[in-house]
Amino acid sequence: MSTDAPNPTEETCETGAAPSRRSSAARRLLRDPQAVVTAGLLLVIVVLGLLAPLLAGHGPNEASLDAINADPGTPGYPLGGDGSGRDIFARLLHSINTSVVSALIAASIALAIGVTAGLVGGYFERRVRGLTEWAFSLIMTLPGLLLLIVLMPVTGGDYRTTMAIFGVLLSPGIYRLVRNLVVGVKNETYVDAARVSGLTTPRILGRHVLVAVRGPVVIATAFLAGQAITLQSGLAFLGVGSSAAPSFGAMISEGFLNLYEEPLQFVWPSALLGIINAALVLFGNALRDTLQGAQPKPAKIVRTGPEAAAPADAGPAAGLLTVEDLAIAYPAPSGELQEVVSGVTLSLSSGETLGLVGESGSGKTQTAFAVLGVLPAEAVVTRGSIRLDGRELLGLGEGELRDVRGRSIAYVPQEPMSNLDPSFTVGAQLVEGVRAAATSRISRRDARARVLALLKRVGIPDPERTFRSYPHQISGGMAQRVLIAGAVASRPVLLIADEPTTALDVTVQAEILDLLRDLEKELNMAVLLVTHDFGVVADICDRVAVMRHGEIVETGTTAELFGDPRHAYTRMLLDSIPGDAVRSDPPPGDAAGRGPGPSGETVAKEAR
Amino acid sequence: MTAPLLDVDGLRVAYPGRGFRARPVEVLHGVSLTVGEGETLGVVGESGSGKTTIGRAVLGLVKPSGGRVRFQGRDITHAPARARRALARDLQVVFQDPYGSLNPNLTVGDILSEPLVVQGASLKDARARMRALLDQVGLPANAPERLPREFSGGQRQRVAIARALAPEPRLIVCDEPVSALDLSTQARVLDLFIDIQRRTGVAYLFVSHDLAVVRHVSHRVSVVYRGDIVETGPAGAVTSEPEHPYTRRLLLAAPVADPDEQARRRAERRRLQDAEIGQGAHG
Repeated sequence: MSTDAPNPTEETCETGAAPSRRSSAARRLLRDPQAVVTAGLLLVIVVLGLLAPLLAGHGPNEASLDAINADPGTPGYPLGGDGSGRDIFARLLHSINTSVVSALIAASIALAIGVTAGLVGGYFERRVRGLTEWAFSLIMTLPGLLLLIVLMPVTGGDYRTTMAIFGVLLSPGIYRLVRNLVVGVKNETYVDAARVSGLTTPRILGRHVLVAVRGPVVIATAFLAGQAITLQSGLAFLGVGSSAAPSFGAMISEGFLNLYEEPLQFVWPSALLGIINAALVLFGNALRDTLQGAQPKPAKIVRTGPEAAAPADAGPAAGLLTVEDLAIAYPAPSGELQEVVSGVTLSLSSGETLGLVGESGSGKTQTAFAVLGVLPAEAVVTRGSIRLDGRELLGLGEGELRDVRGRSIAYVPQEPMSNLDPSFTVGAQLVEGVRAAATSRISRRDARARVLALLKRVGIPDPERTFRSYPHQISGGMAQRVLIAGAVASRPVLLIADEPTTALDVTVQAEILDLLRDLEKELNMAVLLVTHDFGVVADICDRVAVMRHGEIVETGTTAELFGDPRHAYTRMLLDSIPGDAVRSDPPPGDAAGRGPGPSGETVAKEAR
Repeated sequence: MTAPLLDVDGLRVAYPGRGFRARPVEVLHGVSLTVGEGETLGVVGESGSGKTTIGRAVLGLVKPSGGRVRFQGRDITHAPARARRALARDLQVVFQDPYGSLNPNLTVGDILSEPLVVQGASLKDARARMRALLDQVGLPANAPERLPREFSGGQRQRVAIARALAPEPRLIVCDEPVSALDLSTQARVLDLFIDIQRRTGVAYLFVSHDLAVVRHVSHRVSVVYRGDIVETGPAGAVTSEPEHPYTRRLLLAAPVADPDEQARRRAERRRLQDAEIGQGAHG
């Protein structure tokens, strides 16, 4: 919507755009050094493990009395021998295989159970979900490590069986993840549309729901693998399970016993285990950044002040607010600056309402945000000036700006609900605002009285009750009244309203517009109203500025603009209003009798 | 007279209440309406009036708690899943949000061919049909390889319309299909709806909060207020000389793009409001 940072590449026209190349997730991953390094490292380690029989001169459990505690570099024992005379290098390589198999078994079992149950539990009705919830809560109550040790007689000490059980124990995490994602996706209208299209439930799950959850699941898998490897090593370190399988844990444990004689024996397995785990975690993080995170903007931020510094005392300014030749730009991915507002000039006097009209992407909200001084961090004001009562606002420090915003300029947003904090009562939020904006310290009680008076003024029928209510307990129209009350509390000279009625019903909209009009008169405020609705403009604005592609194409009084629009774009917009035109052609059923549809249609249907 | 295409009679819908043993909340209290072949019935109402629920109940996305929905003479009130899937050929939908109604992970080609393939068309036929559909809604021919996010809001809504048109349905439920669009885009998409109707004879159940939009596309209009239809009639009559006081209030509240006319309406609305407060009927 218009409040988003503008996307310069977005097509605002309806005609076909040139096909842009999509960069697949894999390709983006390849451009991330962290992902490339960690994935490469893991690949090398896995290949080393696979080639173990070729690379190592001995079997992992092959003991030789000559090699007991052999020094590194002994022929045939590149990393030396351990306390039992086994080749440390061979054991290291074979331990990699143990770790990889552990990770594969545990992760695939956790995924198979967790994803399936998550899809089912998330998509179907409450009763099914109750069942899956119960089952997974039960699994979560089991003490994992303890259970694996206790079950040793059952598993026979085989680490693979242990890892399979561990996979089951890990599945609740995956289940929770998938279920939450599915519950979110299920309510998307594209899933409804798929149901209406006649898709079967398995097809919807496989095609529409699973695609949406695969990213987070892939990320979770990287961490699952790390957990499995750690646990397997931990168990082996404790000496639980068969000692036949070479394992980092067992090697660390043996190295530990030899710590004072041959400290290096302890270092090799620890280092490799550490590297594998670190690589998995870092790779998981890189995956998350690529698949989920916002790409950091590559361009550097150049914050330049206004180049043509306007004289500080501009004499008797034309109006209360004057914006001159304002240009705002955003860094494009290529690093260049792309202007979204280019050379906007407008002025506004006290007691006047100026409508800033335009379609989405026209730069109207950006202009309003610039006046408020709340542009996103990456936005750059490349030139121009914004003066309030003769005082230049561009280039003011954050502290000074906050002062101006609290007292002189007030703001009414588009979405009243998302601009109230759900965890505090309406009254508490308003009292805080009133005290912060007050020029002298006022007591909590005085502030409260002031807020109640304000709530009454903005037409809230029971101010006391609304004061005590939480935002979710009041309607959208009431919430907007509350925000207006907060905005006018400091008797601002300028009120900026960004689509203040777009989210409201028409009957409520009419009341809010009435309220804004009354307050404007009463406080002799200047109102800058950002809107796309010409009905709202006709209702409340004295003057109008029409914006398109970051420029003002036409300014004039409301009567002039509606009576004699000069710019072609304005005329096009005005012509687009549905207006009073009533559909005149009768339905075909009336003219030709209500048959089973036009015959041409039936033919076409049979022809395919 | 033959039976209408869609006949909704005494439709009631209740959502389960929040909390333990909470009573269900009824959002539709017996709504009746009909849509004829090739006709547009506009359903207008404010948020929370239940207008969207009517469309969802017709589509089978919510379960009615009472009443009857007949489509092409058959009772589909509680149609089982298999019958619903068969209905997809004749009954389609266009949703409000052109961002949420297209799966962001699928290409436009996949989105459009899916319903056709599900209905048993071969991939080759589906492709040919897709080209015709894209042409019909005015999208470029290279659209199938692209993802929804590469399109503007208006173009996405065209994709959604093309998807609804794919199986050549008899009725499309349009749930606020132009509310999220810019003014000029909105006008073009509305014209596209009318144009398609003239060419294919499809009927629309057109749900919207915007009286001007509804007036533009509808032959007849029903006004919903708090779960009841308070007024139904020809579009011209309902939107210029409404009978029900609520419709009158709605009409006067909608601002018109004419400063003088708007000032007159504002005065009249305030007079009406004062009169109501005076009577104590509204307050």
